[in-house]
Amino acid sequence: MDTKKPTPSPMPPDDAWSELRHLTRARIGIGRSGTAQRTRDVLAFQGAHALARDAVHTALDIAAMRAQLPAGEAVVVTSRAPDRPTYLRRPDLGRRLDEGSSTHLRRGAWDVVFVAGDGLSAVAVQNGAVPLFHAMRDRLAGWAVAPLVIATQARVALGDEIAVATGARMVVMMIGERPGLSVADSMGVYLTYAPYVGCPDSARNCLSNIHPHGLSIPQAADRLAWLMHEARRLSLTGVGLKDAAPQAHLHHSGTSSIEKGSR
Amino acid sequence: MGFHATFCGETYSFPDLATLLAVASPPRSGDVLAGLGATSDVQRIAARHALADVPLETFLHTALVPYEEDEVTRLIIDSHDRAAFAPIAHMTVGDFRDWLLSHAADGPTLAAVAPGITPEMAAAVSKIMRNQDLMSVSARIRVITRFRNTIGLAGCLASRLQPNHPTDDLKGIAASTLDGLLYGMGDAVIGINPATDNVATGMALLDMLDHARRRYEIPTQTCVLTHVTNTIEMMNRGAAVDLVFQSIAGTQKANEGFGVSLAILKEAHEAARGLHRGTIGNNVMYFETGQGAALSAGAHHGLDQQTVETRAYAVARAFEPLLVNTVVGFIGPEYLYDGKQITRAALEDHFCAKLLGVPMGCDACYTNHAEADQDDMDNLMVLLGVAGISFLIGVPGADDIMLNYQSLSFHDIMTLRRMLRLEPAPEFAAWLERMGLYDVKSGQMRELAPGQTRLGQMIA
Repeated sequence: MDTKKPTPSPMPPDDAWSELRHLTRARIGIGRSGTAQRTRDVLAFQGAHALARDAVHTALDIAAMRAQLPAGEAVVVTSRAPDRPTYLRRPDLGRRLDEGSSTHLRRGAWDVVFVAGDGLSAVAVQNGAVPLFHAMRDRLAGWAVAPLVIATQARVALGDEIAVATGARMVVMMIGERPGLSVADSMGVYLTYAPYVGCPDSARNCLSNIHPHGLSIPQAADRLAWLMHEARRLSLTGVGLKDAAPQAHLHHSGTSSIEKGSR
Repeated sequence: MGFHATFCGETYSFPDLATLLAVASPPRSGDVLAGLGATSDVQRIAARHALADVPLETFLHTALVPYEEDEVTRLIIDSHDRAAFAPIAHMTVGDFRDWLLSHAADGPTLAAVAPGITPEMAAAVSKIMRNQDLMSVSARIRVITRFRNTIGLAGCLASRLQPNHPTDDLKGIAASTLDGLLYGMGDAVIGINPATDNVATGMALLDMLDHARRRYEIPTQTCVLTHVTNTIEMMNRGAAVDLVFQSIAGTQKANEGFGVSLAILKEAHEAARGLHRGTIGNNVMYFETGQGAALSAGAHHGLDQQTVETRAYAVARAFEPLLVNTVVGFIGPEYLYDGKQITRAALEDHFCAKLLGVPMGCDACYTNHAEADQDDMDNLMVLLGVAGISFLIGVPGADDIMLNYQSLSFHDIMTLRRMLRLEPAPEFAAWLERMGLYDVKSGQMRELAPGQTRLGQMIA
C-alpha cells in the first residue's frame, strides 16, 4: 500500500486569509488543489446549494402553521399552478386563484388581509409568517383584520385576487424569497393598497430579507405597521409611499429581477 | 403571405415570419410562457423545413417589429450594409447554414459579411443549427477590441472579475478583487454590481478600483455597473469612468423598461470616448443582455425570446463596445428551465453576437430555482471555451453574495484556461508575470498568500 503523504499546500487556507475573511462573506482565499477547489469547499458549496434547492421544493406544512393559530383562523387556498414544476415555469398561473379556492374566502369589511404564500422558499414562510401575523395584530389595534390566508404555489400577485375576493382594502403578502447559497429562508413582505387583478408591481411596497440573520420579526413588524398606517392615510402604496418613507431601504417593488446590472 | 412545409405527408402552415421563427426554435420555457413556440416536436421540425427555404432577402423586407414605432428596427434597417450582404444575398436560410459551415467561410470572410447580416437572419440560421454548428462557426470569428488591453485574440480567454458585496463595503470588495487577481482574473474588466444605485457610492467604488489599478499598473479597465444615467452623472462629476455599462434589450419598448434609448447611449458613448482614458484603444462601452428580458417587460412584440435577443446585438454593435455578455441563466426557470436550455441559449447568444461582429462573453450562471447545478456550468464553460468566447465572468467560489446566484469560480476559469491552453489578454498576462503571480516555467499561476505579493497591500 502506498503511504506516501500528499504534498503539503504552500498556503494553509485558514491562515493568511483569516483576517480578510472578516471583510466579506464571499468565498475568498479558499485555496486550491492544482487549479481545482478543495474537497472541503466543493462539498460545502454543494451543501449550501442543496439547502437552497430543498427550500424551493419543500411544501408548506399547513397543519403546523394552523397549530400556531387559534382554531379555524386560517383559510387555505391554492393558485392555478398544480405542482412545483408548473409553478416554476408559469408564474402567470401562480398569480391567479384556483377556481375552487375563492369559495373558501370569507367576504367582509376587512381593512386588511394577510396572506402567507410559499413563494420560492416555503421554509421561510413556515418560520416567519405566523409570528409576523401575530406581531402585526398587536400593532393594528382597531383594524378589521381578515383571517390569515395560507396560499400554496403562490406568487406575489396572488394576493390581489385574494383581496378582491375577501373585500379587503389592502393586502399583505408574506412570501418566500428566492433562496441564495448563504440564506435559504428569507421572507419578503409586499403591501398593496386597493389591489386588483393585473395590478402593477410599482403599486406595491416591499420589505425584504426577513430571516434570523437579517431583518427580525419585530423590526419588520414596526416598518410594516408604519407603511400600513401611511397607506391608509394616503390611500395608496407604491412609489408615492416609498418617497415618504423614512428608512432608506424601504423600496417599491417595481425593480426587475431580470436585470443584473443596475438593480 | 404565410409559410408552408409538408412533412410526412402532412402540410403545416405558419401565418407569418415571427410565428415561423418561434415554432422553429429549440424548446424553452419562456416561449411557452409567451404562448409561442411549437405545440409538438413534429411541428417544430416542419417549421425548420419551411424556415430553411426562406430567402435571406425576406428578412430585409419584413420588419418583425414595425419600423415606424421601434428605433431598434430603424437602426437595423438603416445601418444595413448592402455591399457586405452581396455575397450571401442569393441564399436561403438553409443555404446560409451550409455556407457558414463550409471551409470558404473563414474568419476574414465572416468579418467582411457581418455588416450585411441582420439580427433576424442570425437568429433564423441559428434555429436550424445544432450546438456543434454554433460552436464550429463562432470559433472562427475573432472580434478584437481594445481599451488598456486586447480582448478577443485567438488563443486568449479573458475574464471579468466580479467582486460584489451586499453593502458595497470597500474593503470587502478589495478583498474579493485581490483574491481574483491571484487567480489571473480581471483582464476583461474588474466590474462591480453595486448594491444601490447611489451615485456617491458608485464614485467611491470607482475611486477605490482606479487607485488600485494605478498603484499596481494593472493593464485592465474597471467598471461600476450602474445605470447609464448614473454613469453620465459620475463622468460629469469627474469620476474615474473607464467603461459605461448598461443592460440592453432588442426592442425600443424593452429598452424603455430599462430606462434607456439609443440617444442616451450615444450621449454616454461620446462622453466616455472624450475622456481618452484608454491607452491602446477606445472601445468604452460594456453591455449585458439576456434572453427573456423583452418578454418580462411585456415588450417582445410576439417574437420568440431568442429572436428578440439578437436584436439587442444590433444595439450593441452600433456603439463599438469593448465587452458584451449574455447573463444567460440569471433570469430564472420561467425563461430557461434547466441546464439544457441554458446551455443552448448561451451557445446561440454567443454565435449570433459573433456573427454580427459583437465581442461576446458570457456569465455562465443559474439561480437556485432552475434545474441546473455546477456540473452544468462546467459543461457550459468548456463548450464556450471551445467556441472561442471572448470572456467569462468569475466570482469567489462561484457564489455571488450580493446578487444571490451562482456563476463560475475563479478556479473554474483558471482550470478552463489550463485545459484548453488559453491565455489571458497578452498585456495582462505580461503583467501577471512581472508581478510574480504567474510562473512561466510551470505555466501556472503561483499559489500565493496575500503577504507573499505586493498586491496584499491593496487592503489597507
